[in-house]
Amino acid sequence: MLTVAAFPLVDEIIKAALPRWRQRRPDVDIRVLSRQYIDHHTAMTTALSTSVRLPDVMALEVSFVGRFAQGGGLDDLAGPPYDIARFRSRWVPSAYDQATNRAGAVVAAPADIGPGTMLYREDILASAGVSVDDLNRTWASYVEAGQRIRATTGAYLIAHVSQVKDIVIRTGLKPGEGLYFDRDSRVLVNSPRFVRAFEIARELRRRKLDARLAAWSNEWAEGLKRGSLATELGGAWLVGQLSNWIAPDTRGRWRAAQFPEQSYASYGGAFYAIPRQSNPATKALAWEFIQLMTLDRAVQFAAFKGFDAFPALLETHEDPFFEEPLPFLGGQKARLLWRDAARRITATAVHKQNSFADEVIGTELDNVLDRGKDIASALGDAERLLQRRAKR
Amino acid sequence: MTPRRESRFRLPPAWAPYVFISPFLVLFAVFGVFPLFFSLYLAFQAWEPTSGLQAMHFVGLDNFRFALQDEWFWKSLKNTLWLAVASGVPQHLVAIPLAAFIHHSVRHLRDGVVGAYFLPYITSTVAIAILFSSLFSTDFGLINLGLNAVFGIGNIDWLNQPQFIKPAIALIIFWRYLGFNLVLYLAAMQTIPKDLYEAARIDGAGWLPQFLYITLPSLKPMIFFGVTLSVIGGLQIFEEPFILTGGRGGSDQSGMTSAVYLYRMAFDFNDFGGASAMSWILFGVVVVLTWLTNRAFKPKGADA
Repeated sequence: MLTVAAFPLVDEIIKAALPRWRQRRPDVDIRVLSRQYIDHHTAMTTALSTSVRLPDVMALEVSFVGRFAQGGGLDDLAGPPYDIARFRSRWVPSAYDQATNRAGAVVAAPADIGPGTMLYREDILASAGVSVDDLNRTWASYVEAGQRIRATTGAYLIAHVSQVKDIVIRTGLKPGEGLYFDRDSRVLVNSPRFVRAFEIARELRRRKLDARLAAWSNEWAEGLKRGSLATELGGAWLVGQLSNWIAPDTRGRWRAAQFPEQSYASYGGAFYAIPRQSNPATKALAWEFIQLMTLDRAVQFAAFKGFDAFPALLETHEDPFFEEPLPFLGGQKARLLWRDAARRITATAVHKQNSFADEVIGTELDNVLDRGKDIASALGDAERLLQRRAKR
Repeated sequence: MTPRRESRFRLPPAWAPYVFISPFLVLFAVFGVFPLFFSLYLAFQAWEPTSGLQAMHFVGLDNFRFALQDEWFWKSLKNTLWLAVASGVPQHLVAIPLAAFIHHSVRHLRDGVVGAYFLPYITSTVAIAILFSSLFSTDFGLINLGLNAVFGIGNIDWLNQPQFIKPAIALIIFWRYLGFNLVLYLAAMQTIPKDLYEAARIDGAGWLPQFLYITLPSLKPMIFFGVTLSVIGGLQIFEEPFILTGGRGGSDQSGMTSAVYLYRMAFDFNDFGGASAMSWILFGVVVVLTWLTNRAFKPKGADA
């Protein structure tokens, strides 16, 4: 009996893989403990902190992998008996790197990833006379294209400028470099990366090109449905969300393209980890189960086809399935774009104050956009706040 | 059933009180006493929770030093005081005259009227917050529609603009606790001897002198009690801002009370030691302000 704790849709993916597990191990039952996303991660934090009721395998979303990687609660899969490094070249590099902490420990194995692209409304672009190249050549051309779209069609370029900020602050990062802090906890926010992100965001807002809508709000979904938003930046899985429930009627009108200036960013991803304090007798089985979920071609494929979970396993990427046209995107072969993006994304080192830094940068951006605070003093204030936390 | 068997399950009379009170004591020990002392212990530790309990290490007063120098902690304290004053003072300024009015003038449907005011107090906070977030909605909310119709004011983004979040939260808290204070003051007014008012009327005193020289002074003990509760409650405001701002404290953290901040410190920013230190500092603030209230309102000669 193996207990696996998971959240939607990872739980569904596991259940779909159970027949294959039974073929291999008819003697071992799998019990899937399913909780909502937040509840699951809170329960895992509590279980790790008290070492009580730990599952044999825990699924983790990428942001929690970074957070948990700083503690010592998860087994280092790089060490014996796991030796995960021998599989390293079989996964998308950034996914493997993302589970590696500063000490070189690999705390989780990657199952799926969320390569990001820009989705845009082909019909809106056509009526505004804007080309894809206008949209994603540079951020400046993106802003200009947005201006034309707004003037001719009335549609907003994007739901919220913070989506653009989030990509620009990640652009140009070298593998393993931190987003807000470097390896020695030095604060990186008072830098050209952030200045540029804030400038582009301010320009978009000044020209009233963003609809000021929070992602996943009702108004946001309505905007995507009615075509009042011309572009949306997000992971490959967003296409599934749009076609399944947000805006099924817009089928055929969307296309995908890489982000402006060949930027690449990742939107989520799922991993599997083994808690250090879990039952030693089941660890070998747990590792076998994780290998099935992350290294088995058929399982990875089923997750992609059934649940839009873009596979982290590279050997699946050569399948003809990637060449198939996507009807929701008007027959575009968008999986090739995502495959390309997946290989170019770099992992960012996670610092333990990352979620606080997210909050501080978001607040200072609001100050710049809504209260006219100048960018230099906004980033200076953010830097000062983060310096006080960096070493905590 | 044999008598012998019966006696086996009989509780010794000396134990009975302890057994009967034990459900409360056990629950209180588990959910009250233990967390209290655990948080006091945590306030002196640095802890990465996902590493397990053994990962704690003693850091002395570091967490307190950090908390006292933390800009956001002071910001949250200011927010808390603002909200406590803006929601607390009007509660009493409105509840006392309203109670006097109901006491003297409403005879017929009195219970219904008091019940209507009291209802928000016993309604679930979550339901209230959801109701108010739709009332405060920018484009379709009743509050903006009303302001538009009466004053011609454009649409205010109540819950996303820093300058409007606090008034919106204060209004909800005021609305919610007005009825509670009303009931307190009504109860107190019923204990004021009627002959005092009769004597005053015979001496020709109108309703205002009666209110100022009989009702208010007699209410002083209850005012002391009510204000103390408001001070303690006001400094611990959590649910309303937490739900209305989606658990984040709102734009520019302007709806982030100290209670919301220390929750986020622990569960969002993973700093349980810092959060515990802040909660004990907040406790200190509550003690000091309660003491000051005591000095200001406590009836003279009543201290014993």
